[in-house]
Amino acid sequence: MTTAPLPHAVIEVADVKISFGAVKALDGVTLRIVPGECVGLVGHNGAGKSTVVNIINGALSPQEGTIACAGERVPRYGIAAARANGVRCVFQELSLCPNLTVIENTRIMHGTLKGWGWRRRAARIIGSKLDEIFPGHGIDPTDTVSDLSIAQRQMVEIATAFSQVAQPVKLVILDEPTSSLDATLATQLLGYVRSFVTAGGSVIFISHILSEILSTSDRIVVMKDGKVVTERPAVEFDEHSLVAAMGSVVKGHDREKRAEGAAGRTPLLSRPSLHGKGLPFEVFPGEIVGLAGLGGHGQTDMLIDLYLGHTSNWLRRREAEVAFVAGDRTLNGVFPLWNILKNLTIADLAGLSRKGIVNETAEADLGHAWKERIDIRTQDLDNPILSLSGGNQQKVLFARALATPAPAVLMDDPMRGVDIGTKQEVYAILRAEADKGRAFVWYSTEMDEVCLCDRVYVFNNGVIVAELKGDAVTEKNVLAASFTGIAA
Amino acid sequence: MKKILSSDTVRLLIPALSLTILLISVFYLQPRAMSYVGLNLLFNLAVPIALATIAQMLIMTVNDLDLSMGTFVSFVACITATFLQATPLIGVLMLAAAIATYAVLGVLIHVRNLPSIVVTLGMSFVWGGLAVLILPAPGGEAPGWVRAVMVSRPPFVPMAILACAIIAVVSHLLIMRSSFGVILRGVGGNARSVERAGWSILKARAATYALAAFFAILSGISLVGLTTSADANIALRYTLLSIAGVVLGGGEFTGGRVSPIGAVIGALTLTLAGSFLSFLRISPDWQIGAQGAILIVVLALRLLLNRLENRGKRP
Repeated sequence: MTTAPLPHAVIEVADVKISFGAVKALDGVTLRIVPGECVGLVGHNGAGKSTVVNIINGALSPQEGTIACAGERVPRYGIAAARANGVRCVFQELSLCPNLTVIENTRIMHGTLKGWGWRRRAARIIGSKLDEIFPGHGIDPTDTVSDLSIAQRQMVEIATAFSQVAQPVKLVILDEPTSSLDATLATQLLGYVRSFVTAGGSVIFISHILSEILSTSDRIVVMKDGKVVTERPAVEFDEHSLVAAMGSVVKGHDREKRAEGAAGRTPLLSRPSLHGKGLPFEVFPGEIVGLAGLGGHGQTDMLIDLYLGHTSNWLRRREAEVAFVAGDRTLNGVFPLWNILKNLTIADLAGLSRKGIVNETAEADLGHAWKERIDIRTQDLDNPILSLSGGNQQKVLFARALATPAPAVLMDDPMRGVDIGTKQEVYAILRAEADKGRAFVWYSTEMDEVCLCDRVYVFNNGVIVAELKGDAVTEKNVLAASFTGIAA
Repeated sequence: MKKILSSDTVRLLIPALSLTILLISVFYLQPRAMSYVGLNLLFNLAVPIALATIAQMLIMTVNDLDLSMGTFVSFVACITATFLQATPLIGVLMLAAAIATYAVLGVLIHVRNLPSIVVTLGMSFVWGGLAVLILPAPGGEAPGWVRAVMVSRPPFVPMAILACAIIAVVSHLLIMRSSFGVILRGVGGNARSVERAGWSILKARAATYALAAFFAILSGISLVGLTTSADANIALRYTLLSIAGVVLGGGEFTGGRVSPIGAVIGALTLTLAGSFLSFLRISPDWQIGAQGAILIVVLALRLLLNRLENRGKRP
């Protein structure tokens, strides 16, 4: 269209194909990133987004296709070549070394930080970048990472990727960067991304929160089944057309909420108000109760307290009272060395065994029933759990909890990094289970999910500051309540 | 609330405290130990143990375990008392070959993804066999310079204490402060992200193993300097002593959480526990059991402290 020479692409992958065994992860993907643009990359779980990311950052080499940097083809493209060309990546799962300090992690990411005084230089680099992206972050560079909260770790990781030591930073890949950040921090990050792009840098931005993609990207690339299906400027999309392009249909919220009076019924779980502050907490059978508020304000602790309060350290009760769905899959979710079936059935082994021996037929039946019911995408449940994509792993964790007879299920932000289609499926299952009389306690950082709940407790600084019921559960009310405690 | 003590300091608190309590008890039982000569006698066997503990700690930094530490130190002791004394050049070459072997072990363990426990357990028989071949019967002689260093009497501070302090400081600088040590600990903490940042885990492992071999060699040489002769079974206890030393000093088996200063203190505590039990006139039949009891008490204390620390983290 234009006769002016196109600027050299920061990176250009052409017709890249890669397959793992029988699964074609990428089936001829071509992607061109020019300086000064933010490319949004969207698609279902398993559409190939992470694989593209791994090709660009050099961790995987394509079986077919070429990669070119600044207009020149790089034949042996690997991690070193990617870094030399200024490609940085923030991964979906947190990938800092928890035993090291923030400074030392900066050193790991930047090989040129060495010699006398490297600590001082690293502290200055990471400190100033943190200040620039997240003003008021409250992170001391000498802190050990394991002492930081998940949001803080994510902030450190983002700041590390953007900080420049030797080679200039040309392209930063952000894979679900906002999934562990609350709204304020996410806004700060997106603002920084825009200014970085304006200054000539490039960003590949992956998120399941479509509004973020739409507001931040210049161009949106939609992937499906290992292929790029659509590629258009962001202004030509809206939330509906984007979801349509990904191939899943947003169902209208069926908001038939129960707001039955609690009077006279006995709660399934309850907790008195903490140290006389805040509101007490209770859950009744058949309810979906949301825990909302800014990230890290005591919701997870509350879930853990509830869980530990209803389980025993010493003896396993015959009938479990509560089941737990972990949010941080790698930390306390999957057993990485086990197969899918064992990961699914672990919570209900008592129900599957007789006289201390596990009935393998019953175990396999249970596994297959749940595979059908929630559509775990695998040929064989004997495959290792890590062969599944992140969203499917999360489904297995859901099945693990739902397969138990426990009347109450606690969920610790389980939908982090799960695609919208899977979410819809899980929402439907939750609603169906709730109608059967199960209770769900659901901590979520996403407003859409909070709004699906029958009742919502809003947290601030470790205590419940508000309770919203039925039609009062709206984004506006939740947000308003999230900020009230600060003034008090 | 801003934390007053960093988690690393808390980690060092228990080993330091247990060493102090043991030391006070020993001084109470035997006031004559409170002298230059007394301290040297109490601690001089701690020097080789401290070096072996540092070696073991390096291996544990990358989430591995070395079960051949004892036989390897014995093997080095045999070389020191024979070749290094008679034909220093050949002795040095043999030790260099031993370091290279360790580096190759590190590569093998990484490339083939083998459990380090199995590989080093197998190697322990190799080292043990070589040691017997070199020195079939106890004997040999310490090289003059080694002996001279180990029996030297620096002013004010006994050699044993000075040597332990130097070991602690040097290994602290190397592992906790240098940019190289960060990579080693990073491999223990999250190998995948270190790899993604463009580092070679293979090289890091090989370097760790080679460095561990270097410290183990120093341990063997200093042991011969104290005992003046060697034996193929001289240091078999070191395998478990070194692991206990690391754990006593606040190190953990996985996750790259180690503390060189703690490890040296752990080695000192283990040495002192033996003397303490002798001073209590506990019969040697019971001593090993009693040493185990001391270990359990100290580790229980540490667990308790960890729990308190974790409780403090939750609001």
